[in-house]
Amino acid sequence: MLSQNNLCNYYTYNTTPGQTQKKGGQHFEYLGEPSIISQLVDYTDEDITLITFYIPSIHCSSCLWLLEHLHKINPGVINSRVDFLKKQASITYRHKEISLKELVEVLAAIGYEPLISLQDVVKEKQGSLNRSLIIKIAVAGFCMGNVMLFSFPEYLGISDLELQFKNLFSWLNLVFAIPVTFYCARDFFTSAWGSLKNKVINLDTPLAIIVGVLFLRTAFEIISGSGPGFTDTLSGLVFLLLMGRWVKQRTYNHISFNRDYRSYFPVAVTVITDGKEKPVPVNDIHVGDRILIRNNEIVPADAILMQGEGYFDFSFVTGESQPVSKVLGEIIYAGGRQIGEALEMEVVKPVSQSYLTRLWNNEAFKTDSNKIKNFNDTIARYFSAVVLLIAFGSAAYWVSNSDSDKAWDAFSAVLIVACPCVLALSTPLTLSNVLGLFDKNGFYLKNTDVVEQLAKIDTVVFDKTGTITSPDAVGLVFTGSLDSYELNIVGSAARNSSHPLSREIVKWIHINRLYAVDRYKEIAGKGIIAIVDNQEVRLGSKSLIAPDTDQANNSSSVHVSINGSYRGFFKIKQQWRPELLELVNELKKSFRMHLISGDNSGEQKRMLEIFPPYVPMYFRQSPQDKLEYVKRLQHAKYKVIMIGDGLNDAGALRQSDLGVAVTDDINNFSPGCDALLSGQSLSKLPQFIRQAKTSVGIIKSSFIIASVYNLIGVYFAVQGLLSPLTAAVLMPLSTVTIITFTNIATSYFAKKNKLK
Amino acid sequence: MNILYFLIGCSILMALVFLCAFFWAAKSGQHDDVHTPGIRILFDDDKPAADRGAEEGERF
Repeated sequence: MLSQNNLCNYYTYNTTPGQTQKKGGQHFEYLGEPSIISQLVDYTDEDITLITFYIPSIHCSSCLWLLEHLHKINPGVINSRVDFLKKQASITYRHKEISLKELVEVLAAIGYEPLISLQDVVKEKQGSLNRSLIIKIAVAGFCMGNVMLFSFPEYLGISDLELQFKNLFSWLNLVFAIPVTFYCARDFFTSAWGSLKNKVINLDTPLAIIVGVLFLRTAFEIISGSGPGFTDTLSGLVFLLLMGRWVKQRTYNHISFNRDYRSYFPVAVTVITDGKEKPVPVNDIHVGDRILIRNNEIVPADAILMQGEGYFDFSFVTGESQPVSKVLGEIIYAGGRQIGEALEMEVVKPVSQSYLTRLWNNEAFKTDSNKIKNFNDTIARYFSAVVLLIAFGSAAYWVSNSDSDKAWDAFSAVLIVACPCVLALSTPLTLSNVLGLFDKNGFYLKNTDVVEQLAKIDTVVFDKTGTITSPDAVGLVFTGSLDSYELNIVGSAARNSSHPLSREIVKWIHINRLYAVDRYKEIAGKGIIAIVDNQEVRLGSKSLIAPDTDQANNSSSVHVSINGSYRGFFKIKQQWRPELLELVNELKKSFRMHLISGDNSGEQKRMLEIFPPYVPMYFRQSPQDKLEYVKRLQHAKYKVIMIGDGLNDAGALRQSDLGVAVTDDINNFSPGCDALLSGQSLSKLPQFIRQAKTSVGIIKSSFIIASVYNLIGVYFAVQGLLSPLTAAVLMPLSTVTIITFTNIATSYFAKKNKLK
Repeated sequence: MNILYFLIGCSILMALVFLCAFFWAAKSGQHDDVHTPGIRILFDDDKPAADRGAEEGERF
């Protein structure tokens, strides 16, 4: 397909481009429905349509190149632009020449199938905030540069020749100070005002006071002609503060932390009305509708199975590791993924009231306030109080000495020099350093506040399935006896079945020699009977093979008999992540551990080999139970980090002080969380926590260093002796010291914690 | 020294021009995605199929 369209260059850009094309009948019929199309596209008019797809398989420059040359594959495409980090492609096309459905099929054919989920329907706009901040920084930088230029004569001492310019420079500075104060620093004023209205003091409150006082005093001095003012300090301060904000806001835009069940759900589902199949948007499904669920599709709403053999993978919803078979008339909860044949089901509850979606309506998802208060806001309160006290104290002193000019000087100077700008800078800088460091090690945090939360953690709660077990490595264990010939005939028989367990068995056996299967019969929900090389092989559930043996009837075991004699059974065994033992040994030194699992307690014995015996373990926990459990721990004043992976943990992840989702591919679906941890980095978790703790320590010590500078400044300020020059020198000096200190300290401790 | 007044005016004007250029860049979304253009610039323009054949012939 690629060479047809003269796109062979694709293979020259990367030695290992492309991914193996996935097979399987994908159904895009729903993309033909106008009501669905209109929800997905960004813009459309008579000729062209603009749509943005999320394409998870974008991974190299070749992908980029190919996707941006879509117009060669299909002339209906006008233009396509890829955002590499967000893995998004914006495609403009003529909808008269190529329909949306055809477009998606073209994408799927070249291996870039877009992920279209319900979340696309409710797109949220973002990014404008960041843009306005960048503009504010630009304005502040511009003003700062010019102000510095005009302040130079003042620094160097003014000769008679330059005296004529002095007034002009002062006034120009004042002009530049106006946009800095009223445009660039506006956020500080609004934030301070907002917090004052709620009767709390945050870090922005003292900052706003200082900016205000600086501007007032400068304007006063310049207009009255009594001095040059502090415009250089003012513009420099605002510039640095905004930089601090920018660093803090810069998080990963390629990872989404706010996904919920909607990005797991399909956009549309096939509804059967009067024998005809018709795709319908998921939100328009009503109770009583007949829906068709094909292989690998997700049940969007609680429904009753009406036709076909259900075999559902609920691992994302409940944490059950094994697919469950369901019979006619059973209620299937939303979120189950059908494996096997197509099913007909009748909806019993609308999507919004289904089992899974109800979880999201829990109050834990509505409030954000249960997180730990950060260091900055705590310190800001005391800081402001002390500074105001000193300022008023010195003013009162000078007033009592009947020197009211000096009183004003001292009052404003104390406020100026005691600026907590170091806090506003050192915190985001240190934390974003840590963020970058964790990023390199496969631990992706939502924002810098998460680092501070991580530092306070004392309790670790694990989920089992997918979190501490590895999802890909399913191991089979065979109990019984089969020689290599028998293994081969069992494998030959199992090859004919599409049942997931049969496939696992075939993988496990590694057939050396294939035998012809003479007669083959598959009994739905029970197993298979086949004549292979004149031997009768039976594979399947206990009732089919050996109703009288006393082996436990377990849905995840497959029994085998050959020529009527029972030979044993295969059992699925989950594999631990290889790093688990190391992790647990490290964690048990300083943290409490808990384990809650949605799975059955069958694995408890093996857990005990890894976890120390005092770790509380709970099995068969519903998502709601998990949430309640975390809440109980929090009531007992524990700071809980929840480590989970699926929708079934979503409530607990949200409720906990810090929710970490473990995933093997960060671009895969993961539930809403504060941080994503890649599976390989699980064993580094104790190091991450230690690093977070030292980072908070670094912030605190940088605050002490800054206080020393401030004290020197205050010493001059209370005497009313602070010259603009001292202020202008002191501020950058302390800033540079702090930045150097935090950088060096962070990388030193990173080395110590082996995170480089 | 009166020429200084003129020069100061010029310098501020120049700076304003650059500031406006930056505004334009930010508004048109040039800072939204700073990663992809770096890859995009490395792609060659397409050559017609015949040319490519000739080029490969030269190589061997």
